[in-house]
Amino acid sequence: MRKQFITACLYTLVTTLLLGLGYPLAVTGLAHLLMPAKANGELITQNGVLVGSKLIGQPFTGSGYFNSRPSAAGSGYDASNSSGSNLGPSNASLIARVDQSVQFWKNREAKVGSGNANVPVDLVTTSASGLDPDITVAAAEYQIPSVAHARRLPADQVKHLVQAHIESRQFGILGEPRVNVLELNLALDALSAQQK
Amino acid sequence: MTANGWFQIALFFLLIVLIARPLGIYMANVFERRKTFLDPVLIPIERILYRLTGVEADKEMRWTEYGIAMLLFSLVSMLLVYLIQRVQAWLPWNPQHLPNVPAVLALNTAASFTTNTNWQSYVPETTMTYLTQMAGLAYHNFASAAVGMALAIAFIRGISRREQNTLGNFWVDVTRATLWVLLPISIVFALALVSQGVVQNLHPYSTAHLVEPQKVVAPDSAGRPLSQVITTQTIAQGPVASQEAIKMLGTNGGGFFNTNSAHPFENPTPLSNLLEMLAIFAISAGLTVTMGHMTGSPLHGWAVFAAMGILFFAGITPAYWAEARGNPLMHGVAQQTTETQTGGNMEGKEVRFGIANTALFATVTTDASCGAVNGMHDSFTPLGGMVPMVNIMLGEIVFGGVGAGMYGMLIFVVLSVFIAGLMVGRTPEYLGKKIEAYDVKMAMLYVLIFPLLILCFSAATVLLPHLGLSSLANAGPHGLSEILYAFSSAAGNNGSAFAGLNANTNYFNLTLAIVMLCGRFLMIVPMLAVAGNLARKKIAPASAGTFPVTTPLFTILLTGVIVIVGALTFFPALTLGPILEHLLMYAGRTF
Repeated sequence: MRKQFITACLYTLVTTLLLGLGYPLAVTGLAHLLMPAKANGELITQNGVLVGSKLIGQPFTGSGYFNSRPSAAGSGYDASNSSGSNLGPSNASLIARVDQSVQFWKNREAKVGSGNANVPVDLVTTSASGLDPDITVAAAEYQIPSVAHARRLPADQVKHLVQAHIESRQFGILGEPRVNVLELNLALDALSAQQK
Repeated sequence: MTANGWFQIALFFLLIVLIARPLGIYMANVFERRKTFLDPVLIPIERILYRLTGVEADKEMRWTEYGIAMLLFSLVSMLLVYLIQRVQAWLPWNPQHLPNVPAVLALNTAASFTTNTNWQSYVPETTMTYLTQMAGLAYHNFASAAVGMALAIAFIRGISRREQNTLGNFWVDVTRATLWVLLPISIVFALALVSQGVVQNLHPYSTAHLVEPQKVVAPDSAGRPLSQVITTQTIAQGPVASQEAIKMLGTNGGGFFNTNSAHPFENPTPLSNLLEMLAIFAISAGLTVTMGHMTGSPLHGWAVFAAMGILFFAGITPAYWAEARGNPLMHGVAQQTTETQTGGNMEGKEVRFGIANTALFATVTTDASCGAVNGMHDSFTPLGGMVPMVNIMLGEIVFGGVGAGMYGMLIFVVLSVFIAGLMVGRTPEYLGKKIEAYDVKMAMLYVLIFPLLILCFSAATVLLPHLGLSSLANAGPHGLSEILYAFSSAAGNNGSAFAGLNANTNYFNLTLAIVMLCGRFLMIVPMLAVAGNLARKKIAPASAGTFPVTTPLFTILLTGVIVIVGALTFFPALTLGPILEHLLMYAGRTF
């Protein structure tokens, strides 16, 4: 028993060094050698300023941008405090929050004469991480009239931009088609700048 | 539901079938100390490890010695992770200057990671330093998984050995599980995850400048609403990929970030999602083949695999169906499937995974004792959320946790053989071993401890308004589901949650720690007792009266026993939680 106890102590120490430090540091070294940009979070820099990560969603709420999904992470898209809403499906505050979002979208789209359609579900629900970088293709297309109007761009041109940013299923099979909101909006800014 | 969704589910299962055989045979070779292709690299490391730690590799252990070694290792390594958390502020790799973890929370976390549960009462990115995550938490992801595998192998030896008193050497089994199986696969898997965008660095958190600054209204220190403009986003970083790999492979499930495998830095693409799900099942599926090989009856291994497969599809089908139907209480919302969206209940789900992959992940993570999530189970529809809960309540034997799923399933096999024996009025035999009163008593102890933990603690919690109910995030039947899920998850060493429940209170941290420790170690002791007792027995030659354990009839009987035991135990509680919520939701009730 005493011998087993000593073995247990030594075994814990030696394997902690091997698995707790050796392994993660070796993987860190290999990752930085082989894929440095990926290992650092696919950060996007513009004119020397860090504007975000391709993988991490950012809040967009104005009508001049394609809006991202509602977020329950901190005050919205807090990437140091990821969180879902954890509201149950029959929770009254969930239903009230969704109703409010639906009203918001119907009002915004009514101004440009397209407020009759039902709102795509991902635009009125919070994601699991609160950092979802994507919206569905339906949610992007739903927003085209109001974005085009606010930007004073022809709707067709904005539609092309959306089409160009659709990420289809991986290998044609895996996951769901989607649009990366940050990348789409950066391209939108570039397009507006070109027009001026 | 879409055709593509079902195709992705079928593809996942097909890949598991393909992985199981080669991996299972490889593991049989590893644990029987036969030649493998990694020997030239690993045998020298193995020898050094034994020399440094005083392991006598050729000394066989009785079941009691095996159990004591396992308990001592768990105790010592649990104390170390507790200690690391308590002093992490003064240790290196703390770029965010996080403080030490409070005592009760550290205790809960230590119990949680030692038992392979990975229940998390804390928000990792604001609580745990990089060093704690690497040397404390990810370390236990290896250790607890290796312990589980060792125990499963010990049980398999109990079945296959004849008239012997020993079950193998605990230290050798743990070492071989780690060096030959977990570590090499984790290194390759971690790099594959990095290639998809999972981060791996020791940098401080990054600060990005928002493209569109946001006006938010938040209460100030005096509680008055204060309008603020937010211009930056702090992006948490860390050595994620290395931890993610072993977290899935070892069916641990403890996220590097709060939202676990839903966080884009833990699970950025559909491919990383597929790989993570495959990793959850891989070893456990392989162990069915290992078991078949080591007991000399490969077909028996596949018969057990088939029972697991049936229960897997029995879970994913209602989960996918319920989530794809959406939420009937939402109005003015397009929830139906179209060309451009899959619709369904998207609250608490990520667009890149959609409904099919989120329902699949929830099923897989609770079939096994993983507990990682890529969507929030608390926001699932009542029936969709009932599937993960039922999976845990059945004992997580559908492939199950690494090792734990195998020995849990074998206990049910012993029971099934016993029941079959009673039906025909003969002494039950399992692969030539007579199943006698002692074996059945121990197996029943294993089966009964589990629901006793869940139901007693849940019932007590419901009766405590200030300690229990005050932590609920949702009212009505959903609140009961949150409590029931928490104790099921803890007793089953799963670690997923209906995460609205605020479990970071002294009451929940302590009760859940107790349940996690009992759910692991109180169940292991009777299991090892059965193994030790079986190893001592003679192997009788098969006769006309022997119940064959390689046939579809056996698979059906085994599935039936599992479902009946689970349903009889938990149906009343489920009726008051998710089933009631489902009925009321379709009657238009909110809470």
